[in-house]
Amino acid sequence: MEKIYYDVVIIGGGIAGLRAALEIAANCKSKVSIAVMSKYHPLRSHSVVAGGGISGALWVGDSPELHAWDTIKGGDFLCDQDAVEMFTQLAPKEIIKLEHWGVPWERNKDGTLQNAQRMGGHSFPRAVFVGDRTGHFIVQSLYERCLMYDNIEFLNDHFAMSIVVSGDKVNGLTALDIKRGIIVGIKVRAIVIATGGLGRIYRTTTNEDQNTGDGMVLAYKIGVPLKDMEFVQFHPTGLVPHGYLITEAARGEGGYLINAKGERFMKRYAPERQELAPRDIVSRSIMFEIMEGRGFETQDKLGYVLLDLRHLGEDVINERLSNVKETTMTLLDLDPAKDPIPVRPSEHYMMGGIHVDNHGRTCVKGLWAAGEVACVSIHGANRLGTNALTECVVYGMLVGRDVADYLEKDGQTSTSASTPASDTLKEDMDNNEDKILELLSRKDGESIYKIRRSLWAIMDEYVSVIRSREGLETALSKIKQLQERFTKAYLGDGNRYYNTSLINALELENMLILAELITISAINRNESRGAHYRADFPKRDDVNWLKHTLIFYSKEGPKLSYIPVRITRWHPTERKY
Amino acid sequence: MVKLRIFRFDPSKWSQYYMEYDIPIRENMTILDALLYIKEELDPSLTFRYACKAGLCGSCGIKVNGRETLACQTRIEWFGEGKVTLEPLSNYPIIRDLVVDHEELFKKHASVKPYIIRNEEGVDKEYLQTPNEREEFVQAATCINCGLCYSACPTVSIDRRFLGPHALAQAYRYIMDNRDSEPSARLTIVDTLHGVWRCHFIGSCSHVCPKGVDPALLIQRVKRFFILSERRLKRRRPAPLKS
Ligand SMILES: Cc1cc2nc3c(=O)[nH]c(=O)nc-3n(C[C@H](O)[C@H](O)[C@H](O)COP(=O)(O)OP(=O)(O)OC[C@H]3O[C@@H](n4cnc5c(N)ncnc54)[C@H](O)[C@@H]3O)c2cc1C
Ligand code: SF4
Ligand code: FES
Repeated sequence: MEKIYYDVVIIGGGIAGLRAALEIAANCKSKVSIAVMSKYHPLRSHSVVAGGGISGALWVGDSPELHAWDTIKGGDFLCDQDAVEMFTQLAPKEIIKLEHWGVPWERNKDGTLQNAQRMGGHSFPRAVFVGDRTGHFIVQSLYERCLMYDNIEFLNDHFAMSIVVSGDKVNGLTALDIKRGIIVGIKVRAIVIATGGLGRIYRTTTNEDQNTGDGMVLAYKIGVPLKDMEFVQFHPTGLVPHGYLITEAARGEGGYLINAKGERFMKRYAPERQELAPRDIVSRSIMFEIMEGRGFETQDKLGYVLLDLRHLGEDVINERLSNVKETTMTLLDLDPAKDPIPVRPSEHYMMGGIHVDNHGRTCVKGLWAAGEVACVSIHGANRLGTNALTECVVYGMLVGRDVADYLEKDGQTSTSASTPASDTLKEDMDNNEDKILELLSRKDGESIYKIRRSLWAIMDEYVSVIRSREGLETALSKIKQLQERFTKAYLGDGNRYYNTSLINALELENMLILAELITISAINRNESRGAHYRADFPKRDDVNWLKHTLIFYSKEGPKLSYIPVRITRWHPTERKY
Repeated sequence: MVKLRIFRFDPSKWSQYYMEYDIPIRENMTILDALLYIKEELDPSLTFRYACKAGLCGSCGIKVNGRETLACQTRIEWFGEGKVTLEPLSNYPIIRDLVVDHEELFKKHASVKPYIIRNEEGVDKEYLQTPNEREEFVQAATCINCGLCYSACPTVSIDRRFLGPHALAQAYRYIMDNRDSEPSARLTIVDTLHGVWRCHFIGSCSHVCPKGVDPALLIQRVKRFFILSERRLKRRRPAPLKS
């Protein structure tokens, strides 16, 4: 076991975490020590797979107000409107900043930034992009920019296990150094959680396999509530059977969705915007087509529809959708210029997350959250495409600034190793060491991978695009059984060095907690709004349900409460596209 | 059925050996799918890295029958019926089984100053860059830092101080970016015996690169700068701002 000290640790090296690190480094006059921790390496973060683009009102004819309205309507009026307004105001500046830091945005002939209409729910072509690999370029530029600062360190191959609070403040955290298999305790003055989403709770997901929602559990366990956990976004076009994302840019460039009868069926559900309606609507429409027998079926009885890009022509596909082509060619030997692509909805994004205020602060002093792991809430019940990356940079920046402010005012000077580690941190390290020893020393039992597969099946079947009380209750009782089975599961690997089975077990433990929280939150919301569709309550109910769900940890089990949505200028109307 | 012969290394015992596994093949199965099958069904102690499964994160690089490749982008059926051998990348310390330590790769990457250097704080407009100017470096920027090239490079294996194809290609990426105002700072770094001049243009880096970056060519282009004199670079001014 080992102890170290940093002024601030950022857990997560995706776009949100890296942006926060840069802002802290640039804003602290005294030289604070900053560590960015990630499970592998920032350049392997889930953010690198983001495809389509990032949004901001940068052009004549567009405005932050219009961007805000699109976001709020897209979010089915569950967004906190003051937060959205601030967010859309700050977006353009952040995109320019990324440009200055090296992102090679697509350009017009005169050298200015190029925009494109790529994502559903936006009424103006406001996506800025680099082919269909936008995330890769942003992560790279931010990471490389961090290399300019000698006070930003990277703790790669580290798995954060718990956060330690003493009094009302964060005091440290405990992590597993994966390479060496040892527990490290880090004393800190501030922590930013930026661990991204939880897509891996589902089998069919577009997410990287690192996305197991660890950060939400870190916060939940120390008493920070999670918000709006029932709102899980499904991307309409996951590649069948893998679930990999076929970027929304494919429809943005003009792709059609076709059912087994050869119809462009979206005209039934969203006559005006068709394929470019928001994701919740398109995902649901595809599921309805499949359920009503107008879909195709794989050998394993997996229903799907087709995404047709053939009419776009080879050039557009090669230039603008090269990644789509690469994916379908390597995985299915399928050339989108010649054959339509089999797709079905796939888990994609978590609208809910750690309950934070407009500055990304949690209710614990010294603890912030930013990016997909946090819920501000600017996405409400359904996020619009390209708004997530904007959120990561805008909130990475806001949180970074707030942390810098806190560190300057906090008074304590950064005196590295001489600061005594608190007893609570030592105790926490001991507990985690015991936990790992126990897991590693088990001699037999059920495989953790079998339990994980059961969880996937439950989530895919009952807690997905179309839900009902009955199904959700079945899911809940099954998840509880899995939690029980997990306590006796067997890793099959007792080695301490780079033990990925151990990591998978720690992740599964978190996933089982989150699955329960999502299901409980969903059972209790008796309406349909955005991504949360209840077959037994198919209508939105603003009278009773225009409010956010909060879920708290307690010894007796999760506790729910509700808080109002902050409405400023825009009053809920029916959503038509 | 395919037999996978996999290199194993256990750091706690410092032992290394090969192990064989029989894999029932499914349609469109990748090498990564096969590794996951082993981990979940046959032997959870087998250790390897991956994250995105989509050829984008650069973490699943290994050697398949001696050639560097991304496990998630390689189909098992491409190798026919016989035995397929999986080994960790070369030129890196092995942590365990197929997992190697990329630390050195990233240190060398950092040493070439891979970021835009330019002193214009507080500017709120984009720097202008025409599609042609962008074209000069954007292919190099698609590098996913998988380090396959570094493993394939015979020069790295005999000269540990050689910066290697990955870092040099990234130096090129920033040298060519017209928004940067300090290309000469980077040129000084690569103009050494362990920099561009150490490259013997064998080209195996470009051969294995999954993203078509072509580091070998880019290194030759950097050499050309020195040969054609540095005048061209001095003439280059940073990109103007949007007016
Ligand atoms: C396929 C795909 C395409 C997308 N395309 C777009 C798009 O075009 N536009 C858009 O706006 N959005 C898009 N999104 C959404 C967007 O990519 C994500 O919301 C965003 O990247 C999340 O970034 P983040 O910084 O919050 O976290 P991530 O990038 O997920 O980073 C999380 C980090 O936390 C680390 N971590 C996690 N747990 C731990 C732990 N226990 N200990 C230590 N470290 C930990 C991870 O290693 C990682 O470094 C897309 C998403 C997907 C899946
Ligand atoms: S240049 Fe190619 S092979 Fe080398 S690290 Fe980059 S993507 Fe990988
Ligand atoms: S797993 Fe990301 S490149 Fe293979």
